[in-house]
Amino acid sequence: MNILKKLAAATALTALVLGAAPAFAETKIALVVKALGNGFFDAAAKGAEDAAKELGDVTVIYTGPTSATAEGQIEIINALIAQQVNAIAISANDPDALVPVLKKAMSRGITVISWDSGVAAEGRQMHLNPSDTDLIGSTIFKLAADYLPDGGEVAILSASSTAANQNSWIDAGKAALPTMFPKLTLVATVYGDDDSVKSTDEAKGLIASYPNLKAIIAPTTVGVVAAAQVVTDMGLIGKINVTGLALPSEFKQFIDNGSSKAVALWNPIDLGYSAVYIAHALANGTEAKPGVTLSIGHVGEITLDDTNSAAMAAPFTFDASNIEEFSKIY
Amino acid sequence: MSNTTPKRHLPDRLDSPLKAAFFSWPSLLLAVAVSIFIINSFASPYFLSPWALSDATFNFTEKAIIALAMALLIISGEIDISVAGIIAISSTMMGVALQFGADTPTLVIVGMLTGLICGAFNGALVTKLGLPSIVVTIGTMSLFRGISFIILGDKAYKGYPESFAYFGQGYVYWVISFEFVLFLGLALVYYVLLHKTNFGRYIYAIGNNPIAAQFSGVRVARVKFVLFCLTGIMAGVAAVLLTSRLGSTRPSIARGWELEVITMVVLGGINILGGSGTIQGTVIAAFIMGLVTFGLGLLNVPGIVMSIIIGALLIGVIALPTLLNMLRERLKK
Repeated sequence: MNILKKLAAATALTALVLGAAPAFAETKIALVVKALGNGFFDAAAKGAEDAAKELGDVTVIYTGPTSATAEGQIEIINALIAQQVNAIAISANDPDALVPVLKKAMSRGITVISWDSGVAAEGRQMHLNPSDTDLIGSTIFKLAADYLPDGGEVAILSASSTAANQNSWIDAGKAALPTMFPKLTLVATVYGDDDSVKSTDEAKGLIASYPNLKAIIAPTTVGVVAAAQVVTDMGLIGKINVTGLALPSEFKQFIDNGSSKAVALWNPIDLGYSAVYIAHALANGTEAKPGVTLSIGHVGEITLDDTNSAAMAAPFTFDASNIEEFSKIY
Repeated sequence: MSNTTPKRHLPDRLDSPLKAAFFSWPSLLLAVAVSIFIINSFASPYFLSPWALSDATFNFTEKAIIALAMALLIISGEIDISVAGIIAISSTMMGVALQFGADTPTLVIVGMLTGLICGAFNGALVTKLGLPSIVVTIGTMSLFRGISFIILGDKAYKGYPESFAYFGQGYVYWVISFEFVLFLGLALVYYVLLHKTNFGRYIYAIGNNPIAAQFSGVRVARVKFVLFCLTGIMAGVAAVLLTSRLGSTRPSIARGWELEVITMVVLGGINILGGSGTIQGTVIAAFIMGLVTFGLGLLNVPGIVMSIIIGALLIGVIALPTLLNMLRERLKK
């Protein structure tokens, strides 16, 4: 048997095996995240797997680029289109740059939803917000205000300057500042790009520039850990309170050592879980339009607003009383 | 003891032309590319579809277009780390022009012109002031992107005209995209420039020995200046394509691309110290990078593992000729 014949036989065999595989109707849902290696998204993927088990006929593909760029996500979406997945549920690195490739996906019959960090309306069928923007904006300042009865200077350490969700929370928080927390003074907003080294440098810069700083608010899981580490290392526990949005498992040590009094976050497990429920419903014929109510399993249900967006739940505060319990979950 | 020296045989070439071609870098790369193609088609049932392959080309054409000019620059012994920064500032300038109501041809001209100005700025600093190009372009890398950040902050420019979308999203025929055709066309132009013109010979001469080239009458500074300008224009072209493909501009556009472009050039067999390399190698290396990332993407391999594989591939392909030579030496003995 010559090599050509062997090759032909192997090809035929492969074709047979592969041809037989998609015999039963299975919904392939891709959970595309901003970047892999992030505890928050790993927790969302766990929730997505839970939802897949409950729904039965669902396969979840958990994927994302190495660094949080729109270009990296576009490469991944191209690969997912080629694989003919049924649905893409994405947390986007850029609300605009992903629109053309997601439109292409939709034109080839793929259901597209965004969750966590959204995509412009023309690039998706619906968007699932983890919570309400205004509520998160006021919550991050409230976390600082609760432990500053006399008020004082606070600063924000955010993710990248182009991150849509962080920017909208900060804007909402700034709007609430004069009425709800008049004693707080926001002195600076800096960007650590969700990179621990850059976030550490920016946190050190804040402490050096503002000697009267009382609190650092980091509405990003990477930035908050970097800031708390800086406060711990510089011996400023008790002088500067670090707060913001943090993963309990990554952040437990800083609640324990006192560099932070409290942080908040929604439940990423529920977020991934809900995204899969919604993607499954839309991929199997439900139409996404304003006013439609969709079930999201044990989390409850959501109703789409005028922009086809919906909020999942309110953020949840972790402090010394409950961090132990939640750090074991995510 | 006899005084007669034995007759020494001095061949014109060390190897026969056929043997030389067989062991040349481009043929080695081609073999790697073909094997990756075959492995991919067996690994994923979705790989061998015209649309999938067409989508895959978008992952590397813009970077490959810059790699063509970068190859020439590196052969001449210089380097440009600022290319991704040039994309950011070119794209931002196109956005600014858009705010003043520029039409599609004007946008393209603005993008390429910004690239040319940035390239000329790099070139002037290197050739007029005699500064090392790696230092200059590390500086301008931050400078160019920094200007975009100052102009845009956390905002984005969008609303590019419908006709502008053609460059990054349009198809010339069936699944053959405009980007891909442009890349092949430019590859041909650069092949002729490097391998068939006096200018191309000057580039090799400068890369091997700039002082000897200078004394042989080659205008070293001018050639290098032109190469920096060419790299700038190609980054401008990539900016037009990428902006059109994304339909928007943000200052973080094309972040980290400089390393991917340089990886393509080095994988293509261009000596990072200058003096040798071919356009064919660079083009095949671009395909290899595209095929590997797309093939692994189809298997949903995480990006971190993908970087490891690209790194291993780079080292492997670079080490292979040395290993083959060692093997040949041993066999001769």
